[in-house]
This record gives sequence, C-alpha cells and structure tokens, in this order.
Amino acid sequence: MKHLIHAEWTKFRTVRGWVVGMVVAIPLTVLIGLLGPAGSSFSCSGPNGQSCAGQTPPRGPDGTPVMDAFYFVHRTLTGDGSITARVASLEDAEPWAKAGVIVKRGTEVGSSYAAVMTTGANGVRMQYDFTEDLAGPRETGWLRLSRKGNTLTGATSPDGRRWTTLGTVQLALGERVEAGMFVSSPQHVEREETFGGISEQGGPTTATTTFGDVTTDGDWSTRWQGTEVGGASGMDNGFTENDGEFTITGHGDIAPIVQSAGSLGRTVESALIGVFAGLIAVLVVATMFVTSEHRRGLIRTSFAANPRRGQLLAAKAVVIGGVSFVVGVVSAALAIPLVEQLEVAKGFYLFPTSAWTEVRVIVGTGLLFAVAAVLAVAVGTLLRRGAGTVTAVIVGIVLPYLLAVASVLPTGPAELLTAITPAAAFAIQQSVREYPQVSASYTPVDGFFPLSPAGGFAVLCAYAAVAVVVATLAMRKRDA
Amino acid sequence: MTALHAEWTKVRTVPGTAWLLLGVVALTAGLGALAANAMPTGGDPAKSALMGVALGQAVVAVLAVAAVSGEYGTGMIHTTFTAVPRRLTVLAAKGSVTAALSMTAGAAAVLTSVAVGDALLPGGFSLADGPVLRAAAGSVLYLTLIALLSVGVAAVVRDAAAAVGVVLGLLYLTPIVTSLVADPEWSARLQKLSPMTAGLAVQATINLDQQPIGPWQGLGVLALWAAAALLAGAATLRLRDA
Repeated sequence: MKHLIHAEWTKFRTVRGWVVGMVVAIPLTVLIGLLGPAGSSFSCSGPNGQSCAGQTPPRGPDGTPVMDAFYFVHRTLTGDGSITARVASLEDAEPWAKAGVIVKRGTEVGSSYAAVMTTGANGVRMQYDFTEDLAGPRETGWLRLSRKGNTLTGATSPDGRRWTTLGTVQLALGERVEAGMFVSSPQHVEREETFGGISEQGGPTTATTTFGDVTTDGDWSTRWQGTEVGGASGMDNGFTENDGEFTITGHGDIAPIVQSAGSLGRTVESALIGVFAGLIAVLVVATMFVTSEHRRGLIRTSFAANPRRGQLLAAKAVVIGGVSFVVGVVSAALAIPLVEQLEVAKGFYLFPTSAWTEVRVIVGTGLLFAVAAVLAVAVGTLLRRGAGTVTAVIVGIVLPYLLAVASVLPTGPAELLTAITPAAAFAIQQSVREYPQVSASYTPVDGFFPLSPAGGFAVLCAYAAVAVVVATLAMRKRDA
Repeated sequence: MTALHAEWTKVRTVPGTAWLLLGVVALTAGLGALAANAMPTGGDPAKSALMGVALGQAVVAVLAVAAVSGEYGTGMIHTTFTAVPRRLTVLAAKGSVTAALSMTAGAAAVLTSVAVGDALLPGGFSLADGPVLRAAAGSVLYLTLIALLSVGVAAVVRDAAAAVGVVLGLLYLTPIVTSLVADPEWSARLQKLSPMTAGLAVQATINLDQQPIGPWQGLGVLALWAAAALLAGAATLRLRDA
C-alpha cells in the first residue's frame, strides 16, 4: 500500500497542470472572498446624518453584539441583597416581551446582568449576560432575584410562599449594582417570503404591566428612579407609582443580535464565500487525476503493476484527499484574516468567534475539500468521463447551496436541500448560534443550516462512502 | 456543409448523446416540478416551473464540452483537422450542431416543465399568455446560448473536466458572490453582468420592474458572453497547434 501511495503521489506531483490547479485554488478562494466586501460601500446615513458604515452595535460582557434597551426602574444596591415582586402577566404582548426584576452592573449599555422575568408567550425565564437563558414554569406570579457577592439566584413562585429556584449564576459585578424592575418589548416583525426574496415588515412595540408587593432586602438607596437604558427612544416609556404598585411601560430588547441576511454584521463563514471557487478548482483536478488515466490508457499499466484494483482507488483517494485537505486549510486560514480586514475597513462589524470555533471552521474547510475530492475520485472512477464527473459533483455540492442560500427558494425546500444533498457539509463552516430566546429567522439564507456542523459534514461523508463502495465494485467487475 | 454533416454523424453515433439529451429533459422537468410544488403564494409561476433550467444547463454544458473536448481526449481532433483544415469551419459546424441539439432538448425540457407546472401550480398557466411564452421561449434560447458558451470555453481550455469546471464556475459562482455584496448598486451591477442571473431574467413574468435587468436585455448579456467565448475559442484554434 505504501508504494502505491508513493506511485500516486508521483503521478500527481509530476503533472504540472494538476499542481497548478491545486495551488491556484488558494488565491482563488481569497480573491473571490475579497469581492464581497470590496463591492460594498455604504451610501446610507443614520438619523443624525452620520454614515451607517462603521457603526458597531453595543457588545455584551463576552463581546457578542447585543441589543440592550429597556425601561429600568431602579435603585442602587450596595453589597448583598434581594428584590421580590409580584408581576401581572403581559397581555397582548410580543412573544418575547419581558417584564421582571433585574440586577445589573450599571445602567450603561452592554453591562453584565441577571434577570428573572415573565414573557409574552414563553413563560417565566431567568436570563443573564444576554446569551444565556433558563426556562421556568409557564404561569407567572412572583419573581425574586438575590445577590450574594457575585452569585445571583433567581426564583419564582405562584403565590409568594412556595418558591422554585430557577438558577444560580456567577457574574462579575461590582460592589454597587443597579437593581429593580424592567419592561422591554422587541420589534414586531412579519416575514413574507416570495420568489423575489424575503420582505420584512413591522415596527417598534411597547409593553405595559404592573408590579406589586415590591420588597427589597439589603442596603438600597432610597428613591426609585426611571431610566431608559439604551438612550431616549421617543417611545411612550415611563412608570407611575401608586400605593406601592408600579405601572411600567417599556420597549426594546435585552438579547444577543442574531446574524441575518443583509445586516452589516459579518461572520467567519462570510469571509469564506470564495471557498466555492477554490472547491471547483480542487474538484476539477481530483476528477482529472482519475479520468485522465482512463483516457490515456495509463489505467492498464496501473492495474498491471498492481492487480488489486480497490487498493489503487484507495491510494488515489489518500493522495488527492491529503492534498485537498492542505489546500482547504491554507485557503481558509489565509482568506479569513484577509477578508475580515477588508470587511472592517469597509465598515462592517464582525461577530466575535472563539478560537476553537475558528479552528473548527478552518479545519472543517480542509475536511470538506478532502471528502469532496474523494467523492470526485469515486464518481470519476465510475463514470470514467471528466465532463460528466465534474458536473455531477459540482451540481451535487454547489448548486443546492446556490438554490438554498443565494437564490430564491422558500425556507422549507431550502432547508431540505441543505439537509439531504452534499451541500449539507457547509454546515461545518457555520459559526453563528441559534438563540431559542430570540425570535429571528434562522434560515439557510441567514446562515443557519438545519444540521449541526458534524451532522452536515457526515452527510457529505455518507455520499462519498457510498460512491467509493460502488466505484470499487464497478472497477472489479469491469474491464479497464 | 460536409463539415456540418460530419459533426452531426459524430454526435449521432456516440451513445452518450441520447442519454445526455434525456438528462436535460428529465432533470429540468424534475427540479421544475419540485420548485412548482413548493412555490409560496405571490411567487412567479413561470420562474418556479422553469427553475429546473438551473440544473438542466449543467447537462447542456457537458454535451457541448464533450463535442469539442472529447476529440482532444481521444486524439480524433487531428483526423478532424486533416479532413477539414479550416478550423473555424470545424468550430462553426460543432457550434451549430451542438446549438441545434441543445435547442431541441431545451424545447422538450421547457415544454415538459410547462406542462408539469400547469398541472401542479394552483390556477395553472399556459403558453398562450404573453409573458409565459416569453419565459418559455427565452429559456430555450438560454439553454442554446449556454451550449455555445460551453463550445467556446472548451475550444480554449481543451480538457473536458477543466472546461466544464470553468463554465459551471462562471454560471454558479456569480450569484453566490452577489448574495454577499451589501451595496445595492454593486449588487445590481454584478447581477447585470452575471451570465446566469442576467440570462434567467427572461423567466420573470411578474414584478418586472424589480428585476436587475429586462428579460431580453438579460438574454443579450448571456449572448455577449457566448460570443466572447466563441471568439476566444476561434482565436485559440487558429493560433494553437492541435
């Protein structure tokens, strides 16, 4: 087997066109990736006439772009303490309208917090630091948040006597925090899908509810203060107090910003759009690596030298898979920093990605190239025709992505295509995360694949495995 | 004329041709049926019923590339050029035969798609309707132009796998890249230049003012691409040894 791999490596290495094709895949990936941001300039302007380019949304404690706008009725709490309140349910509100008690590092946007809340349609929740969400019971009633050092405990009760703990979290809060009651209500969005694309309509909403039996424990400042966190909104927000009963109206949302098509945010995978160009180059070389042997009759020499035909296919797969893996990793590792640099210069903001996710995306691109190349080798062995093989593989991998993501298919078929075709493997490049606590469109167009990164990649692997098995059987039965 | 006859005989006697022609019809109508079935309310019926053209064009590209690259692969091209030393005559004959075949297969594919779409779409639609007729006829012409584009590219690139890679890259990559271009002006410019997006604008029957380019102008853009590819192919055939 070792000498076979060596033989195949020599074949690959000594055909100049193949080596050039593989190497060209790298700049192709980078340059096509640069086209996206290069062709983007902003002519729009914000409310005060400033350019909307370069405007970055506020960021949460971990760097995630966030929305942090709500009506806050608060007092300063020094040291340990707790707040308890009875909250009336939110009537006719957005599903993710929120009302509850909150402890926040300060009133500045994006600062660390923990909150226990009732929602429009999602029951009682405990949320903290924008991205984290713990579900509680459906019925609303009493809410309590207590602080002991940097440990916050949320609890809820239907009657004010029997309490259920929702969660205990550790947050980096200072000695003095702002704590109290809040109300928020996100944008109302109606999505309409047509073959021309997706149109969204909607507008800001407000929610109003009452808080009663508010009790505090610990060292609190004396006066309740109302603040529109996130700046004056022009909406009809505010609060009134009457016999210890607070009526609060608020709008906005306390949540992570979810990446969507057409937003000014860019993700790691958007820097990798050129991967399609590089992939096509790799697939062409991988195909030629097999079909040219059949065309030139070299396959008879190869079979004479090694009559075990399955081994020959395996050796070819190892060599071309290995080369393609390296090409994929290098392409992605070069494209990501270069494209992101241009994106920032053009005024996009980047969604932060953990180092581990970035490594997964880069190595994943290499794996995607490798397995796609093996698929091309197997299909090429079966069909023995260059044009047919390249077409079959490109139509299998690139066309479904095009139809689902860059085209006009409605969400249902788009999700089906990115789940059952080899294009499912692009899930391995997805860095954005779905948040169950944010209503947004999590469709392939917005960068959300129906399968997990590993699951999507497994779909491509399954196609390649079946193709290799069928090709091996065909090669054994057929004369060369 | 003899060159034309020779090319026709070559294409006719290769067993793959019939399968490829059948493939154009089956894949175009098949994807069209799926898309028509999934069409949301307010969608463009002609555009969804004819969506299969996006898939069928790949088979047309294989057919056209094989007509040129196949001869380079087997060395037949030497015989061909010995018999017909005027290389442009060979290219013209190959282009004509491939275009005629693609047009025939395209017509069959489009007619099947229209019939399937008529059966599946709520309310149905028919060729008697002006815009639908334009979409159908335009789709046939689109497939024919893709064949000519592929012949030109194959004459330049020679290798079958590489030629198909170039053609499909040209067709499929531009819409993917365009989807990431945030500036509407640039995006519209790219859509007008992209052979696939511009060419398929001919399928639009509703909201014509929202299309990046007019139906016939879009097909014209693709015709320019095909002409450029054929010119490049002719030039390389003249200047290069076979």
